[in-house]
Amino acid sequence: MSSTSTTTVSTGGLPSRRNTELAMLVFAVVIPILAYANVGLAKDETIPAGMLGYGLGLGLMAGAAHLVVRRWAPYADPLMLPIATLLNGLGLVLIWRLDQEPEITTSALGGPMAADQLIWSTVGVALFLAVLIFLKDHRILQRYTYISMVVALILLASPIFIGESVNGARIWVQIPGVGSLQPGEFAKIVIAVFFAGYLMVKRDALALASRRVMGVYLPRGRDLGPILVIWAISLMILIFETDLGTSLLFFGIFVVMLYVATERTSWIIFGLLLSASGAVFVASTNAHVGQRVDNWLNPLALENDGVTETAQSMYAFGSGGLFGSGLGQGYSRLIGGIAAKSDYILATVGEELGLAGLMAVILLYALLIERGMRTALAARDPFGKLLAVGLSGIFAIQVFVVAGGVTGLIPLTGMTMPFLAQGGSSVIANWALIALLLRISDTARRPAPAPAPSPDAEQTQVVRV
Amino acid sequence: MNKPMRRVAVFCGLLVLALLLRVNWVQFVQADDLQNDEHNRRVNIERYANPRGDIIVDGEPITGSEETDNSDYRYQRTWVDGPMWAPVTGYSSQAFGTTQLEHLNDSILTGDDDRLFFNNTIDMFTGEDQRGGNVVTTLNADAQRAAFEGLGDSKGAVAAIDPRTGEILAMASTPSYDPSSFAGNGGEDEDAWVALNQDEDKPLVNRALRETYPPGSTFKVVTAAAALEAGVVDDVDTETDSPEPYYLPETENVELGNQVNDGRCEDATIRTAIQLSCNSVFANLSDRLGNEEMRETAEAFGYNEEQFIPVRADASAYPEDNRPQNAQAGIGQASNRATPLQMAMVAAAVANDGTLMQPYMVDQLIAPSLNVIEQHEPEEMSEPMSSDTAQQLQSAMETMVDESVIDTGELSDVRVGGKTGTAQHGENNEETPYAWFISYAMTDEGSPVAVAVVVEDAGVARDDVSGSGLAAPIAVDVMEAVLAGENEG
Repeated sequence: MSSTSTTTVSTGGLPSRRNTELAMLVFAVVIPILAYANVGLAKDETIPAGMLGYGLGLGLMAGAAHLVVRRWAPYADPLMLPIATLLNGLGLVLIWRLDQEPEITTSALGGPMAADQLIWSTVGVALFLAVLIFLKDHRILQRYTYISMVVALILLASPIFIGESVNGARIWVQIPGVGSLQPGEFAKIVIAVFFAGYLMVKRDALALASRRVMGVYLPRGRDLGPILVIWAISLMILIFETDLGTSLLFFGIFVVMLYVATERTSWIIFGLLLSASGAVFVASTNAHVGQRVDNWLNPLALENDGVTETAQSMYAFGSGGLFGSGLGQGYSRLIGGIAAKSDYILATVGEELGLAGLMAVILLYALLIERGMRTALAARDPFGKLLAVGLSGIFAIQVFVVAGGVTGLIPLTGMTMPFLAQGGSSVIANWALIALLLRISDTARRPAPAPAPSPDAEQTQVVRV
Repeated sequence: MNKPMRRVAVFCGLLVLALLLRVNWVQFVQADDLQNDEHNRRVNIERYANPRGDIIVDGEPITGSEETDNSDYRYQRTWVDGPMWAPVTGYSSQAFGTTQLEHLNDSILTGDDDRLFFNNTIDMFTGEDQRGGNVVTTLNADAQRAAFEGLGDSKGAVAAIDPRTGEILAMASTPSYDPSSFAGNGGEDEDAWVALNQDEDKPLVNRALRETYPPGSTFKVVTAAAALEAGVVDDVDTETDSPEPYYLPETENVELGNQVNDGRCEDATIRTAIQLSCNSVFANLSDRLGNEEMRETAEAFGYNEEQFIPVRADASAYPEDNRPQNAQAGIGQASNRATPLQMAMVAAAVANDGTLMQPYMVDQLIAPSLNVIEQHEPEEMSEPMSSDTAQQLQSAMETMVDESVIDTGELSDVRVGGKTGTAQHGENNEETPYAWFISYAMTDEGSPVAVAVVVEDAGVARDDVSGSGLAAPIAVDVMEAVLAGENEG
């Protein structure tokens, strides 16, 4: 490890930056409230009635989160909480805004969703608080490495056995009384914990015991075992759940963490080859995935004389132009169904806030990822480093895969935009993810304990006479 | 671990960069294409978000807009006397697009046109919704009604032009359709649309512009003009060197018969040949002039080229052909095909002393504030013949009408010239022939109207099909309507 050469690691007493966080949080709460008012004024020319309740709810959530961070993680990164709050707040406004369109808010489609999303967000923030309060040190998670593996496998496999297929992807599990759950959203955090713990132990073996072939370090056969197992599992997810997104996320994050742990570029090449061959194989054999690829190659093509969701989202982006139609004044509802509020929520951002707004949102995600990476660099323990890079990597891949899919950069996958899109599992899991990053960052930036006073020092003390 | 970590961070940065580039591509570079894509429903939502501007005839709107409770489209197009005006306006349907004037002037009618920018800006400041501009046509409501009602239940078309300016005065096509019946996007609109598209009589086709027929004997006016201009015949009262019976050139005694078989067509003058509609005379003249000469004259009248008035009219055809075919084309048969508009242009060129004016049907585009945005000025299109030739032809065509059974009714105080035609139709003329009549009325101030009428099928026995019986009365009604308006004005 080359931590000695970094300048980001400091043993000195850094300012806690909690007041910066508070100031940022004020913006993060006020901006969505203004956006909320904007929608109401544009749609009905009145300030919406629910604005006070919504504003209070968001403000209380942010306030509680801030106080807990101040008390239990005083040295944590000051930007992550405000960004998460802003994205969550904007997501609520966008969902509420789409609730105003009767065509996509019929009872068959689940009715209005903003209120439920606010409840899920509250649960998410509660989990965020719980993690910060009860997880005193992230290294405790290291003890649960193999339990994490089992839990992750159960979560990932559960939709195959007790799930139901929605829109061709089998990623949901029905829990009576609670609703449907996306176990994959939680699995991604647990899997990061497992990888971090596993790689911390095995990284020396993986890094050093390798043969050099044509300038590339190849791992030994027995060390190759785990990566092949993970690859096989991610392929199984792809085949049985037809969930390209989770599969990509799962395998991608493994390769990234393996690379970081071993510092061997060969893993990246090896990983890319494996994932590319897996993707090509599935795209050519699975009809659902093949269909997605077709839509990606010909986004505007008609299907059964109808305009596809993909085309509708492209029209939404194009019609938004540079500055957008303004909140509440676009027609992203034409995407139809529930997808407008979940998978395609970025299309509403693009149409109503324009290129400017969409770039701002993407940069917010970029900033969040950057803070996560910075946390990883600053962390002092290998487990913390690996976990932080894993969690930020998950976030980065997810943002890229979803935003890239919706804008037509890559084929669309069935994942949701963190914080922005409708979906309880997603918002809860992402708040937990942010909490873990804050915990690691708090540990990293916390001043080192003062050295214990030594008896010798006592004796040579200068005594003023 | 920090070195690979930095690389991962850079890689994440690249992913974000790729996203930013992609959204710039979609929302900036591709934005216009996506925004105006034909399948982008927003285009139609915008189009019907505000009351659409109107199409005006004689100062009165023949269209309207009504508010609906449809969630996407606030306003729906309506028409006054839809079936009568459909060939002029076209349709503007929420579900099935726009055509003709509704299509060509869409940006004016919706108010999106750049030339309405100033109006829109003022409306924005005064808090008014965007309004559409109006399209003022050259049509004459009485003439249109006379044409439409004259056609009645028969299949056919009428085109009437003011020869002095080229203004279209009437343009009727039957069977017609009511554009209101599918202006919305509901189930009934769909049913109406499907039914109209499946109708064997093709009601959606504007026959005056988009259907070509063999012009039959009405084309003899063009052949006569070509012969007089080329000097093959000195004037309309000089005997032509025309044998009877006449055999088509380069054939084994294929005789081209005449309606009148008493020998009057032999060496007949053009005046007589027009009056008796002698096939032998004009086929012989066409053959003597040759295909190239005939084609050039036809093209001077507007043949072989699409006309834009501004709605597109199909090109009438006088193609390159061999001698027997060219001889028959000279009497409006064989490969010769013309739109009703084209034949109205032929009559108009004769009536306007040889000068053909560019036909047009949109006089003005006006902003909601009533400012004129665009004013159409009459333009000369060509001069297919000298004024001397034209006047001789007028005299011959007037003789034809005077000596015929056509009842010119109230037109007795003006000069009326015309030419009938009964065009053969189908293999060996097995199907109902087309009845044609082209004519003009002439006052002391020139000719205010030239008309072409074609009746495809009036549901009468085929021996009763004749230009003078079926088509001429409609033309007379149209001319009467125009002249009545002239006298009032």
